[in-house]
This record gives sequence, structure tokens and C-alpha cells, in this order.
Amino acid sequence: MTVAPTDLALLAAPALRKGGVQAYIRRHPTIVIGAGLLGLMVLMALFAPYLGTVDPQALSPIRRLRWPSAQYWFGTDMLGRDVYSRTIYGARVSLTVGISVALLASGFGLAIGLVTGFSRWTDAIVMRIMDGLMSIPSILIAIALMALTRASMQNVIIAITVAEVPRATRLVRGIVLTLRELPFVEAAHASGTGFFRILWRHILPNTLPPLLVNGSFVAAAAMIIEAALSFLGAGTPPNIPSWGNIMAEGRSLFQVAYYIVLFPGAFLSLTVLAINLLGDGLRDALDPRLARRM
Amino acid sequence: MDRVNWGVFAYIVRRILATIPVMVVVALFVFSLLHLSPGDPAAIIAGDTATLDDIARIRQKLGLDQPLYIQFVTWVWHLLHGDLGISIFTNLPVSKLIAQRVEPTVTLTISTLIISIAAAIPMGVLAAWRAGSWIDRLVMVFAVIGFSVPSFVLAYLLIYVFAISTDLLPVQGFVSIRDGVRPFLSHIAMPSLALGLIFAALIARMTRASMLDVLAQDYIRTAQAKGLSNDRVLIGHALKNAAVPIATIIGVSFALLISGVVVTETVFAIPGLGRLTVDAILRRDYPIIQGIILVFSAAYVLVNLLVDLSYTFLDPRIRY
Repeated sequence: MTVAPTDLALLAAPALRKGGVQAYIRRHPTIVIGAGLLGLMVLMALFAPYLGTVDPQALSPIRRLRWPSAQYWFGTDMLGRDVYSRTIYGARVSLTVGISVALLASGFGLAIGLVTGFSRWTDAIVMRIMDGLMSIPSILIAIALMALTRASMQNVIIAITVAEVPRATRLVRGIVLTLRELPFVEAAHASGTGFFRILWRHILPNTLPPLLVNGSFVAAAAMIIEAALSFLGAGTPPNIPSWGNIMAEGRSLFQVAYYIVLFPGAFLSLTVLAINLLGDGLRDALDPRLARRM
Repeated sequence: MDRVNWGVFAYIVRRILATIPVMVVVALFVFSLLHLSPGDPAAIIAGDTATLDDIARIRQKLGLDQPLYIQFVTWVWHLLHGDLGISIFTNLPVSKLIAQRVEPTVTLTISTLIISIAAAIPMGVLAAWRAGSWIDRLVMVFAVIGFSVPSFVLAYLLIYVFAISTDLLPVQGFVSIRDGVRPFLSHIAMPSLALGLIFAALIARMTRASMLDVLAQDYIRTAQAKGLSNDRVLIGHALKNAAVPIATIIGVSFALLISGVVVTETVFAIPGLGRLTVDAILRRDYPIIQGIILVFSAAYVLVNLLVDLSYTFLDPRIRY
């Protein structure tokens, strides 16, 4: 009776056992590259103070707008702050926002999706609301919410989460609606398994793999939105060095000191690329049917 | 014959009616934004340096001193008459401010759509036709990278390559097509490329996936067996049948395009709706932000309505 839920785990597992690490790398190169790159970024964010950085906020007007050199790897900005240190510390903001939003949006999506999947009455109302919210581009929802609150990282996370919950909800609801009609759930029901046990043992495990894949793409989207919000002046407060903030500060100087914008931009792109590779790989590993197509 | 047409007609009417609840939710969201915020919205909009008089003036201007239901009814009533309220900063009607800024944004959106669709569909078709080859790999690498580089990062990269190192294109600005085709094209090229990459990446990927499905069908083998040229098989038989998912992804990812417009216009100093949004954020001019959300969401709903209606042409087999 528990065949179907464990199916997905079984499909991914043999790769680990057969042939060890090398076979796994050969089979899922994108997971390994993505996870490796993302791991490096996380380590960089965690150990920012030990990576040859100085205080990212330290002003030094005499040394402003220095080009990248052996002393200032990424140069200095118009206030003489070290762009290398600011970029390394900026990883903390992006990763915190990306991971928090992915966890929160998936959590809320799971909860709301499970409820709406089982209750026709709430489904009608909640899904209308979600459809409406989904037709507002996420960055505009975030901008609208940020314009009403004070700039803080917490508010940025909340604003982007609100924009990302509808898609996760839709995903979970869709899976629940399909699953509850499947024979193994019917069989469990017929053999007297209680509602919550069916939910816990049969429905929930099947929603997790797609939710995990979706979560990785939400994290990537959240990082881009955070950077865009900060770039537009509606995101992380300027006293915290985030990649979007650094780019916003370098904007007016781009023609004389383009390095201020390009370094954080490159780190942002690399991090998003890492997460997308990981997400693609996870999808291929967890859903072989889809993998063949995409 | 008659019955078929009725079916399609009924579908079109139903699909148009289905946009109403969506827009009602959007309107409710936009309205309730001001009231959901913690604290006094008038005080937040007025900013830290506002006096009590300023706050009272803003409260009165936004109608926040009225009971909630009256506020809502008045707001919807005005909305239905095309009145999006008055800008706090400039005292001009929001609808007028938006109308002034529509041209650059629409132009940029259309040129981006043309460039990315024209580039992405052939890429996807080629990748699927030569699945597993180096062309396929190249297209897939392009798709993953294109999906990962945010439009404003790419925008600066393009400016660096085409405007700073080589001086081929102007750094920023917008020229209407009425003021000459050449200056128009040279100004719109970089923003369209920057904005179009992510869009093209998605379309190329979906085209490849959809084509792979179709190319595995029996009728493709039949078409090849009866001696049709590759072009005829790929375009006439395969692409035609792969069109519905491609149209869908174009509609759904239109939201990405709108998000990108706001940021790209800022980078290239294009005086469009995106620029208006950013100015409104900086001045906390809330009626403008509300108006822009309504306009952009309506555009998104409209595009997806058109995509859904296009199914009736793209795949006449679909019965409703």
C-alpha cells in the first residue's frame, strides 16, 4: 500500500548505491555542479570575516574610486568602501532572503494547498484569490508592500513570500487533487486508514519532491527580486551591503567605474545559476518522466 | 459545422467572463494594501519629516477619513470610470500620468517579444531536431544561463560591451519610432536584448520540449516516409502541433517581462511606466503604485486571455 509514495525515493536512491560517488556525478552532473557552487557561496557568506575582508561599511574618502588592484581586489566605491568586502558580505543578504523565502513560501503553500485540496468549499474561495494574486507580477506585489513598510530585511522576506505563496499553493493543490483519486489512496481509505494517517503517510510524501524542486526555483527568483528591489531603492536598507544595494550605488558611476556594478552582478548571476542547476538536476532525478522532456 | 462554431463562441465568452473574478481580486488586493499595512498609512506615506498637517492632508486626499465601505465603493466607482485617483506628489490624475508613459513601455515590450520569439523558436526547433548533438547542448546551456542572469545585470554587461568599450550604441535613453527608425533601433536594441534573454531562454526550452514530444509521434515518421523535406516536416507538421505549449509559456512568462521592464527602464533611463513606478516608490506616491499594479495586471490578464483564445486557431481539434 505504500508502494507509490516510496517510488520516488527508490528512483533517486540507487544512483548513490551503484558505483558510488563517481557514478552519481556522471548521472546527475547538474546537481553536483549546482550544489558545489551553491555550497561555495554559502561557505563564503558564513566565513566572510575571514576571507581577507575589511569592514564593508568603513568609509575612506581619500581612497575613493580606486580601480581593482592587488590591494583592493574589486576596487573601492565613491565613498572609499572596499567593493570586495561588500560583495562577499552581500552574499549573506541574498542567501538569507533566498532560503527564507523558499522555506516560508513552501511551508505556507503546503499548508494552504493541503487544506484546499481536501475542502471543496475553501478551495473555491482560496483559489480565486490565488488566481488573482498570480496575475500581479511578483515584483509589483513586493514593491507595493515595501512602499508601505519600513525598509528592513525582514520586510523584504515577507513581501517576496506573499508574492511567491500562490504558485506553491497551486502546485500542492494540484498534486493533492490528483493523488486523492488514485487507487492506492482509495485502497488505504477502504481498508480503514484514518484521514490524517492518509494525509501523513500517502499524500504528504508525494508533495515533497515537486515542492523541493519548486522551492529551489523560488529561492532563485527571490534572490533576483531582492536584488531588483534593492537596486530600485525599495529593498534592503542601504546600511546593509546587499548585491542590489551595491549595484544601485554604482549605477550613476557606471561609465567611470563599471566594476562596482559588475562584480556584485556576477556573484548574483553565479548564485542564481547554481540554484537553477541544482533545481534542474533535482527535477531530473526526482521525476524521470519530466526529465526526458525538459 | 454550426455546432462547432457555437462551441468555440461559448468558449470565448466563458473565457472572457473568467477574467472578471481575477480582476476583482486584483482590485481588492490593490485597495486593501493601504489598509493592511501596520500603522497609519497616511503617516507612512507622508514620511518621517511630515507634520501633523501633512498627514491630515494626505489622509483627506486619499479619503482615509471616510468609513471603509464608502472608501471602497467610491474607489471602485471611480475605477470603473477610468479614474485611478490623484497623484500625491504632482497633483495630476494617475490615469493621465500613466497614459503619458505608456508608449516607451509598450514599444520596449513589443520589440522584446519580437526579438526573443524570433530567436528562441528556431533555437528550440533545431535543438529538438538534432537532440543530443552539440547544437542541442549549446541551446540548453544558453537556456540555463539565460534564465540565471538577471535582466539588470545583463543590461550593464551590454552597456559595457556596446557603449563603453566599443561606442557602437548609445548608453541610454529612448527615441520614439516617429523620430526616425535608425535612432529608434539603436536606442531600443540593448534594452530589448537585456529584457529578452530570460524570456527567450524559457521559450527555447519549452519549444525544444514540446517539439521532442511531437517528433516522437507516428505521423512525423509518416510525413518523412512519404518524402517530405525536413523543412516541411519540422515547420508544417511538427511546429504546428507543438504550438500550444509554446503559446502558453509565452503568456505565463509575460509576468517576467513586466517585472523586467520596471528594472530595465531604470538602467537605460527610459521614461516609461517602470521609471514612473520607481519615482513613485521614492516619493511614496501610493496612488501611482496602485494604478500601475492595476494596469500591468490587466495587461497580463489580457495577454493570457489572447493566448487562451489563440488555442482555437492553433489547435482546432480542441473542443470546448
